[in-house]
Amino acid sequence: MSTTLLRTIQLNQFSLLGTSLLRRRRSNNFSVRSCGSQTTTTHEAKQSSPTRVAPKNHKSNQLDEILRDYEAVIGIETHVQLSTLTKAFCSCSNNYGSYPNTSICPVCMGLPGALPVLNSKVVEFGVRLGLALNCDLSLKSKFDRKQYFYPDLPKGYQISQFDIPIASGGYVDVDIPLEFGGGHRRFGITRVHMEEDAGKLLHSDTGDYSQVDLNRAGVPLLEIVSEPDMRSGIEAAEYACEMQRIARYLGVSNGNMQEGSLRCDVNISIRPIGQAEFGTKVEIKNLNAFSAISRAIDFEISRQALLYNQGKADQIVTETRLWEEGAQKTVTMRKKEGLADYRYFPEPDLPEVILTQEYVDSIRASLPELPEAKRRRYEAMGLGMQDVLFLANDVSVAEYFDAVIGKGAEVKLAANWIMSDIAAYLKNEKLSINDIKLTPQELAELIAAIKDGTISGKIGKEILFELLAKGGTVKGMIKAKDLVQITDPAEIEKMVIQVVSENPKQLEQYRSGKTKLQGYFAGQVMKMSKGKANPGLLNKILLEKLNAKD
Amino acid sequence: MLSTLQPPRSLSLLPLRRFQISKTIVSAASSKTIDTSVISPPQSQILTTRRSLLSGETTAVEIAKSYLSRIRLTEPQLKCFLHVSENVLKDAQEIDQRIAKGEELGPLAGVLIGVKDNICTQGMPSTAASRILEHYRPPFDATAVKKIKELGGIVVGKTNMDEFGMGSTTEASAFQVTANPWDLSRVPGGSSGGSAAAVAARQCMVSLGSDTGGSVRQPASFCGVVGLKPTYGRVSRFGLMAYASSLDVIGCFGSTVADAGMLLHAISGYDRFDSTSSKQDVPEFQSQFLSVDHFESKPLNGVKVGIIRETLEDGVDSGVRSATQEAASHLEALGCILTEVSLPSFSLGLPAYYVIASSESSSNLSRYDGVRYGNQVMAEELNKLYECSRGEGFGGEVKMRILMGTYALSAGYYDAYYKRAQQVRTLIRKDFKAALEQNDILISPAAPSAAYKIGEKKDDPLAMYAGDIMTVNVNLAGLPAMVLPCGLVEGGPSGLPVGLQMIGAAFDEEKLLKVGHIFEQTLKGSSFVPPLLANVA
Ligand SMILES: [Zn+2]
Repeated sequence: MSTTLLRTIQLNQFSLLGTSLLRRRRSNNFSVRSCGSQTTTTHEAKQSSPTRVAPKNHKSNQLDEILRDYEAVIGIETHVQLSTLTKAFCSCSNNYGSYPNTSICPVCMGLPGALPVLNSKVVEFGVRLGLALNCDLSLKSKFDRKQYFYPDLPKGYQISQFDIPIASGGYVDVDIPLEFGGGHRRFGITRVHMEEDAGKLLHSDTGDYSQVDLNRAGVPLLEIVSEPDMRSGIEAAEYACEMQRIARYLGVSNGNMQEGSLRCDVNISIRPIGQAEFGTKVEIKNLNAFSAISRAIDFEISRQALLYNQGKADQIVTETRLWEEGAQKTVTMRKKEGLADYRYFPEPDLPEVILTQEYVDSIRASLPELPEAKRRRYEAMGLGMQDVLFLANDVSVAEYFDAVIGKGAEVKLAANWIMSDIAAYLKNEKLSINDIKLTPQELAELIAAIKDGTISGKIGKEILFELLAKGGTVKGMIKAKDLVQITDPAEIEKMVIQVVSENPKQLEQYRSGKTKLQGYFAGQVMKMSKGKANPGLLNKILLEKLNAKD
Repeated sequence: MLSTLQPPRSLSLLPLRRFQISKTIVSAASSKTIDTSVISPPQSQILTTRRSLLSGETTAVEIAKSYLSRIRLTEPQLKCFLHVSENVLKDAQEIDQRIAKGEELGPLAGVLIGVKDNICTQGMPSTAASRILEHYRPPFDATAVKKIKELGGIVVGKTNMDEFGMGSTTEASAFQVTANPWDLSRVPGGSSGGSAAAVAARQCMVSLGSDTGGSVRQPASFCGVVGLKPTYGRVSRFGLMAYASSLDVIGCFGSTVADAGMLLHAISGYDRFDSTSSKQDVPEFQSQFLSVDHFESKPLNGVKVGIIRETLEDGVDSGVRSATQEAASHLEALGCILTEVSLPSFSLGLPAYYVIASSESSSNLSRYDGVRYGNQVMAEELNKLYECSRGEGFGGEVKMRILMGTYALSAGYYDAYYKRAQQVRTLIRKDFKAALEQNDILISPAAPSAAYKIGEKKDDPLAMYAGDIMTVNVNLAGLPAMVLPCGLVEGGPSGLPVGLQMIGAAFDEEKLLKVGHIFEQTLKGSSFVPPLLANVA
């Protein structure tokens, strides 16, 4: 059937100008990225790194002075696309990147007579996220219809939640990275509600017509609305980062910004410091990366502050602006003519969503340790904030780290191995920590083998890379390669004596005051031992021999 | 089981017996003018078909041929069907093959069924009588249709209706006006006018309609057939093109209570594709359909019947009123205990109904935007595409209700209209509940008048809306109700039928069917066969 449907859609091409679409769009899930970037695949594992959030734009001292008089008020609406197997209200598979209109059915196409049936996973994920964001859950919530016309919205309404969201009144804690001043912040969460995504428009190259791809129509979303608690681009970016982290920790979404699985719309106004009422609110869309959130907000704060300063505050109007990544600025997308009236009313095709306290409790019990709890635990374990943020940032890294210390490895050493050698390896090989062959068990073994002197640190680093790439056990490798450290003083002494006797010239120079040559002798002995001599013992015996008056 | 059913009869496909009328108002209960000995109670066409197929008396193909030829003869005048299936004979052949092979037959084997055009039939045009869906063929069967087909039923075709169910005369069809078989100058009622008229004219044995505010019951009354509106949730709405989702139900037409009941049984039950369908058990209604010989002297002894006072007040035709009162007397004669009940919220129902139905329809009809299917008018610009596709695709009545609904849901008006209407709805539910705690069933006329002339109320929508007063409250309360012919009033060549509405408690269709069947089988001198058939024959 899908081929017939696809043909139908293609036959129903309609002519319009690309730009006219932007003006007429009324939904708030819209962003221009949906109009043609769907083929880009990305290695987005790194986008989540808070260190990628760019520092503030350079500003003149004058601007800095102006900015000092104003305070920004920032709220964020985040759409999280849920990684359920099927769509929210039909049994179509929910997979990104399929050929247009191959994952559709009468329900998500809005055919006459088709009815929605709620996927219970959507409720489960809503409850999970609501609990993770410290919200109160509505044991009785409902769906509503949000009505507007747009070709990517098959039914002419979006099934959403209006006055009774599944969760509300929560908060989220974040740690600001040290390079941006550090510090702990708590931002309020107004509400979390369930809704469905719209399809996508594909515009022809000539701009003569557009086509509708409904693969995304009906994909479940959770919309998270924050309180207007953020005051800077960095805070906002860190908030968005935390949303991604929480979604990934919970396993409710892949949180991929480039694919549109995590979409942030920013609301921002500024006001003179000391003023209680809010200024005029501007909405910014098209924020495809955390750095874009941060920079777009900083740009917007400067723009608005300058207008205030120049007495042109009336030029700050309620509007939606787009972030232009190339030009690094925001531009007007559309001015809002009064409030859009979506004519919300209760969705009569779906019964109320009733949750029992037992159900909520069972979900609560199944929640994993969340980023904030992990950070506080790592901090309590004695790790510095830099290490804490690094390890807790990525759920896979955190799980790996926890597994390594779970096997008894020393915290500090485990952190160092993961953050330095392993991180470097992952970066070079463009891998994620899930791809490596070195099990947490073996990393713990490796750390222990070095600590108890079985192998030297140097040997340890050498075999690390082989373990990362090929796997295997530390014990097995030590045995196969005969890597056990030489700790027998007699054996080391034998080698020292041999090296000293084979280098009479250097010995003479040493004894005549060139003590730096100790390093040369140590190197020779190490070489002879194939790197296996215990360095402490070696140096102790070497010094004895070099300084012996014989 | 068969022994308890009506005695086998030769399959008289056309039980042609013209109703004799010699008085101004002939109530069926008063049998003075009719020689009752020549009129036997109406027979279930479903059971008759089954028996004659199983006995080898006739074949499914023969039956189908005779119905098709009657459609050919009567359709030019009646215009009940928007589409007649090309597969009727093929489907009938399959039934005959099954019989020849001795395979088991479904309970609806060989039964010819008309399906209202707003109920999806796979590959067969389904337009809801709207220009905006002209030529649209759904890729799936509605659950009710699927069940019918699985049980051996044959879809004869798609019946005419008011566009998207919005109307009470079937004149609001974008394609044709259906005539009432009792008087071709009169409307068959609506919105399921095609389904009602087709059963009345024996163009099919039974049919499916949909009832949002009376769209099964009122045309049943106008056409002299049985119309059954089940409890909301009893039948899956999957595949029914939504008009007002919280009120819509698929209902059944038959020339007997038994036929309507057996069709309901076939389509009832929980459906995982409709979250508003109910998991309530569906009882085996068939045991209620005893033959007259098995009735006791007072077969409805002790059944408490409440006659709704508000439905017999001003604005109801005197003929309708007396037919209802005589029907009540007949029930009393059968042993029922009759009392008068009052539903204080009764008059509030109509405005609340029009607010809710219009609001929901304004939303449900948004999907007809010309982008994916149906009527599309090419345009240079998006809003023009919407304007032209919808402007040309929808008829006047539909546009008016979309406008009313859009207004009622607008910011600032929601509380005054939609929310208030929902409060009224709660009130109406309460009143019904109280009345049904005191009574087994409630009765009222099905409509304030018998069928009126085509065009008579076309330009007076308020007068037309007022005709729904008897039926809308039942939808607001989600209750089951059945309309069955109870008498004739003056009009047309041989009188016009009038229906009695019986309202039951939620999910108690069984009681309605029991009372209705006994009422029907014992109604002396009644044979609600329209004169048209006699003329044709
Ligand atoms: Zn689907």
